[in-house]
Amino acid sequence: MRRKAIALAGFVTGAVAGSVLYRRSVGRRRDRIDVYFDDGSMVSLVEGSPEADRLMPVVRELLATARR
Amino acid sequence: MDAAQALADLTEISSQIECAVLFTEGGDVLGSTLESEEAAAALVRGAGELLEAAGSFRSEGGRVTQLEASTPDGSVFVVRDGGRGIVATTAPQPTVGLVFYDLKSCLRSAAEAEEKPKRRRRAAPKPAQEQEEESGGEA
Repeated sequence: MRRKAIALAGFVTGAVAGSVLYRRSVGRRRDRIDVYFDDGSMVSLVEGSPEADRLMPVVRELLATARR
Repeated sequence: MDAAQALADLTEISSQIECAVLFTEGGDVLGSTLESEEAAAALVRGAGELLEAAGSFRSEGGRVTQLEASTPDGSVFVVRDGGRGIVATTAPQPTVGLVFYDLKSCLRSAAEAEEKPKRRRRAAPKPAQEQEEESGGEA
């Protein structure tokens, strides 16, 4: 009986820990820039692309300046 | 309603917006929710840099009207319309559509405030004495 309880507690703990780790890895927000043009088109620049990597330092600087 | 009032209304309506700066196409600050003028000018410079660089990424050309840059620490929004622009920062994961709507409303309010005095001046009637002089001179 005691063994069963310990096994159950271990299973529950493992399931919760796994769920938290999965959520953290999948749910991490990536840097992104959405650009809208006057003709109605939109371009999304995602972290890792050369365009986004060029603009993200400016964005971070803007956020830092605003919060100083 | 002037630029300062439009910004005050914006921050009152939208709790997601941390700070906002209104500017002209030439990069002059029209109004800001920031205390520091230097910080406001730096925000406008950065916004201009973002708009210019973002526009150059598309080979067909075209004018950038608005952009949203999101990071895990917060987001930066830039909107421009009719010779004016606004740059704003928010906390992480804002309601993007709502923030854009509020920023455009703020831009419109500031633009209307600038146009109203001009209209009034044009519509002002001439003084009676001046009109009499004009009609007398013709006769």
